[in-house]
Amino acid sequence: MADSSRRDFMGKVFGGWAALGGLGALYAAKKTWDPLPSVKAAGFTKVDLSAAEPNVLNVEKWRGKPIFILKKTPEMVAKQSEEETARDVVVGKDHFLVCIGLCTHLGCIPAYRPDRHDFKCACHGGEFDVSGINTLPPPPSPMVIPPFKIEGTTIVLGEEGPEYKKMKEAGVIA
Amino acid sequence: MAHFEKAHSLEEWLDQRLAIKTLRRVLAEEYWIPKNINFLWAMGMVLAFTFGILVVSGIFLLMYYQPNVDLAFDSVNYTIMQEVEFGWLWRHMHAVAASVVFLIIYIHMFTGIYYGSYKKGRELIWISGMLLFVSFSAEAFSGYMLPWGQMSYWAGMVITNLFSLGSLELNGLVEWIRGDYVPGQAFLTRFFMLHVFLLPLVIMALIGLHFGTLRIPHVNNQDGEEIDFDEEAKKYLAGKTKEAKVIRFANDFLSKDMFVVSIFLIFYFYLVFWHFDFAMDPINFDPADGLKTPPHIYPEWYFLWSYEILRPFPKDPGLVAFGFAQVIFFLLPFLDKSPNVAPASRRGIFAVWFWVLLLDMIVLTVMGKLPPQGIYSTIGLVAAVVFIALWILLPFITKKEKAV
Repeated sequence: MADSSRRDFMGKVFGGWAALGGLGALYAAKKTWDPLPSVKAAGFTKVDLSAAEPNVLNVEKWRGKPIFILKKTPEMVAKQSEEETARDVVVGKDHFLVCIGLCTHLGCIPAYRPDRHDFKCACHGGEFDVSGINTLPPPPSPMVIPPFKIEGTTIVLGEEGPEYKKMKEAGVIA
Repeated sequence: MAHFEKAHSLEEWLDQRLAIKTLRRVLAEEYWIPKNINFLWAMGMVLAFTFGILVVSGIFLLMYYQPNVDLAFDSVNYTIMQEVEFGWLWRHMHAVAASVVFLIIYIHMFTGIYYGSYKKGRELIWISGMLLFVSFSAEAFSGYMLPWGQMSYWAGMVITNLFSLGSLELNGLVEWIRGDYVPGQAFLTRFFMLHVFLLPLVIMALIGLHFGTLRIPHVNNQDGEEIDFDEEAKKYLAGKTKEAKVIRFANDFLSKDMFVVSIFLIFYFYLVFWHFDFAMDPINFDPADGLKTPPHIYPEWYFLWSYEILRPFPKDPGLVAFGFAQVIFFLLPFLDKSPNVAPASRRGIFAVWFWVLLLDMIVLTVMGKLPPQGIYSTIGLVAAVVFIALWILLPFITKKEKAV
């Protein structure tokens, strides 16, 4: 009896010790799969907006993803609803669409149609308006606005500037 | 220590140390197979053989493949295809076998469904087989990433995005799986490891388990007849081989297996030498480009049916339907409430269920390949709803079934 309870005790101690080691190993495995510091550090991109042509889509690369930057013509801005204007990035007098150019359904790149002022995703047929708002399913939400900061006529992607924070407070960015 | 005597042959020497005669008896000579089974029962051996081809051709490809985002594409499409002597052979053998293995898996699965080989006592055969199907799917998907072409990249993008689980927006989880914001170096090396080491290891272990699950319930037969294997084996061993309902696995049934395998190999090598391109997507001959999506993204033919179940619905219901399609086959032994182990042709309405399911999956496959527009979207939606309805109906249909 005494013997077996001593063995039980040792079993429990061993089990507890092993569980602790197991948790440590799981934590290490989790951290190993996180993006590397070099990947995270490369997460900032600067784009000069002064040379942008109206109604011509510029595609920049940020964190490996395509970023749509589109300068809107005054007519386009005039036609917009309030909801759409709230998503504009304003630099001086110019209104820009700045968003991650990935369809919010499954991550394909929608194509811009300059004559219709909208985006069409060929893969599953989704459509977005010129402010990146989804107008035809399957995409369930507007294209995402990346964190940005405005420095003169330059936009820095990856950093949260006051304009971005304001959009966030206004609930434009989820 | 055991007692050892002087051995008079290598076999005897090994037998004293490894019990190879007992092993051979248990695994081959006295592993009993019913006589009344047709060529469809040889698909397991065809699969084992094809897996062997995949392993060997994969080893040869591995000698020149570079798991690096800058080098991977050229190491496959230039080095292996142009420079390495017979490199093209290994690549075509690997690609064609990877595609054809799914054709055989589907035949193997539907044979099991048709003859009720998943019924009481054989549930684990079915479940371990489905686990094999899932790991083969993961193996195929991770392998598809390796040439790092456009389809590799975008398939990787789309499939890993599924892990954000729709409106739950678990983008952190997706980035953790990729090790990057988009499929990149971390992603490629990760899937390389999965494809060449971890998943093959899992598959080999599961093949062992799948064989093990057969040992006690034994394989089913064409009539679903319940055979007393001990009794029949006794008859066979007593020399009444004509009377016995069973034969030895090796070399008796194995000879039939290998005959079917050789017919299969004629078909397989015909594809390898003359129609290897059916297993290759032209879009994957463009190098991966994160800033350009191909106009149509679709998976290989063997995933089209489950892809088409995802596609016609809005995002969240689509994901639920997709998840349903992935797991529902596992539950087949428990959803089929009928006590009958018999071919579908003798089971009344179940026969209709079987053929409708098969046809529906073919329709889903065809629609999955076509662009999601107009009438194709509608047909796809109807077929996806029919698929789900069939599985919901199954317990009700089979509960009413009369014993045969």
